[in-house]
Amino acid sequence: MNIKKRNTIYSLVAIALFLAFLYWLDANRLKQGMMISVLQKGAILALVAVAMNLLNGFTGLFSLGQAGFMSIGAYTTAILIIPVKSLDGVYYMNGVHPAIMSLRVMMAESPPFLQSLYPFIALLLGGIIAAVAALLVGLAVLRLKSDYLAIATLGLSEIVRAIFSSPQFDQITNGSYGLNKIPNFPSMLWGLIPSLVTPFIITGVCVAFIVLLINSSYGRAFKAIREDEIAAEAMGISLYKHKEMSFVISSFFSAIAGGMLAMYMRSIEAKTFSIMLTYDILLIVVIGGIGSITGSVVSAFLVTAAKEWWLRFFDRPLTLFGMEVPLFRTGFRMVIFSILLMIVVLIYRRGLFGTNEFSWDAVRRRLGRRGKEARS
Amino acid sequence: MSMSTILQHCLTGISLGGAYALIAIGYTLVYGILRLINFAHGEIFMMAGYFMIFSLASFPWPIAIVITVVVTTLMGVIIERVAYKPLREAPRMSIMISAIGVSFLLQNLSTYLFTAIPRGYPEIPFLKRIFRVGDVSASFVTILTPVLTIVLVMVLMGLINRTKTGMAMRAVSKDFETAKLMGININRIISVTFAIGSFLAAVGSILYFTDRMSVTPFSGTLPGLKCFVAAVFGGIGNIPGAVVGGFFIGIVETLLVALGYSTFSDAFTFLLLIVMLLVRPTGLFGEKTVEKV
Repeated sequence: MNIKKRNTIYSLVAIALFLAFLYWLDANRLKQGMMISVLQKGAILALVAVAMNLLNGFTGLFSLGQAGFMSIGAYTTAILIIPVKSLDGVYYMNGVHPAIMSLRVMMAESPPFLQSLYPFIALLLGGIIAAVAALLVGLAVLRLKSDYLAIATLGLSEIVRAIFSSPQFDQITNGSYGLNKIPNFPSMLWGLIPSLVTPFIITGVCVAFIVLLINSSYGRAFKAIREDEIAAEAMGISLYKHKEMSFVISSFFSAIAGGMLAMYMRSIEAKTFSIMLTYDILLIVVIGGIGSITGSVVSAFLVTAAKEWWLRFFDRPLTLFGMEVPLFRTGFRMVIFSILLMIVVLIYRRGLFGTNEFSWDAVRRRLGRRGKEARS
Repeated sequence: MSMSTILQHCLTGISLGGAYALIAIGYTLVYGILRLINFAHGEIFMMAGYFMIFSLASFPWPIAIVITVVVTTLMGVIIERVAYKPLREAPRMSIMISAIGVSFLLQNLSTYLFTAIPRGYPEIPFLKRIFRVGDVSASFVTILTPVLTIVLVMVLMGLINRTKTGMAMRAVSKDFETAKLMGININRIISVTFAIGSFLAAVGSILYFTDRMSVTPFSGTLPGLKCFVAAVFGGIGNIPGAVVGGFFIGIVETLLVALGYSTFSDAFTFLLLIVMLLVRPTGLFGEKTVEKV
């Protein structure tokens, strides 16, 4: 059996094991609440991180606008899937915009098979709106270089946030009150895939698409632009076309992740999508390694688990041998986390994976070396 | 709106603009020399607010102000030494990420140390004395801010144009490598730059928070970004430009709030940035740069 085939089999087995694990979690979902919420959030952040990596790591465009595009996706999805019955309750302050109400009533009266598809259509629509926004914005912003681009995209995401929270759009976005009563993830294929597994499937499909894109000729053009814009242009790569493409695709997937975040959190407000969210995602990308898809995915899960779960004990007062450990109280977890992050940024600059991808060969090599050391 | 209300708002705007101008200078100086958006600058400004709260709790105000300014300046220099110096040869993206990391760390550290609940900013009696001319009333700090800003900028311009250190700073911002070859101690110049920037941020912080009454760990982020926009607006690397930008943004923001568009006042700043970058990327007073292959 050749190595390539064996690696494919390894990967398939790993995926199957992970899926089996998810089904097991679904069966025990009452006992495994923490594990489920960490994994789901990890999957959502993994998708944004990969989308951001496509832009920052593979095309070399330092963009900080992810949160803005996520909020576009989240709001579109939320507006389209909050149950019609609850709409009046959600918009109790300002009332629903009549156009939204009539659209939603029309949707509620459509045949049931369509209704089960609506959550996915909502996600897709959020992505498309974000992509169109990115297309228009990109015409202007992508002319800017490195840090100017960063600050301009950051500004854009703040503008989006200001629009969503402004009183002028109260009837659509519910202003500063935000939207709630958003239904959880839908199940897929007539319940064959339970709602718990859905975000993983969506993330998986989206990430697979991005991987295919990166390995295509477009992906090679992106990397050429990252390495040297002028040389790439001289080789006949249209800078404008490829930058725009990378920006639009990245925004599309960020918005899909934003929609999933809305389903995960069940309630959103404009504050959720502040600069801090973009920073969080950037840090995931940095820890995973800028320019590594698997790195981003792994680090999304690790960072989420560390932040929400494993490092929790730092936030609680701790008594050891009858003495209270002094530093442990609310907020200490985030301090430790940011120090770890600075260590990665300053010392382990390549992150977990650097620009490499996860491969079974590397794992085997590492295991082999360790085995040899143990024997000698 | 009557004439006196407009005048009143303009006065508030000028005062806010003065504080913005002082912070914007910090951005402009650092960008001029390191080509780095110092994302942590807003957090330095926020920390200065906390330093003031704590030093004023146990010292009379003149000593408290000195302590705040000195500690903030030291903090700025230390941050540069620890977080930016090791990355001097690294690509620009990593040093920018390091700056974001520092701002993340400072925010979390201050949330941990001082909790996220807003803390009241102490009143310095002589700064809060109210003056009244006709219908317009203003506290002393409102009048002091623009005056102090102008004076500090004059001093700074003198420092940069007339002293040896200033000449070295200009040389480094023109050409990093050549300046190094001419025997300029780059690390010293960068430290001086960060010291000046943080010093001005500390002064700006005292003036800003005296009007705002409270400090939270997140109260540095938005003013920080706005001041960067002010620096870009005036032409990055250009000190008078940063001052003009600071005043402009301060005044427009205050007027927008007065007109009832407070949610859009932040958005306006960023819109200004994007329009400026597209129409005149070098800012109002910036020099034209030519990109070489």
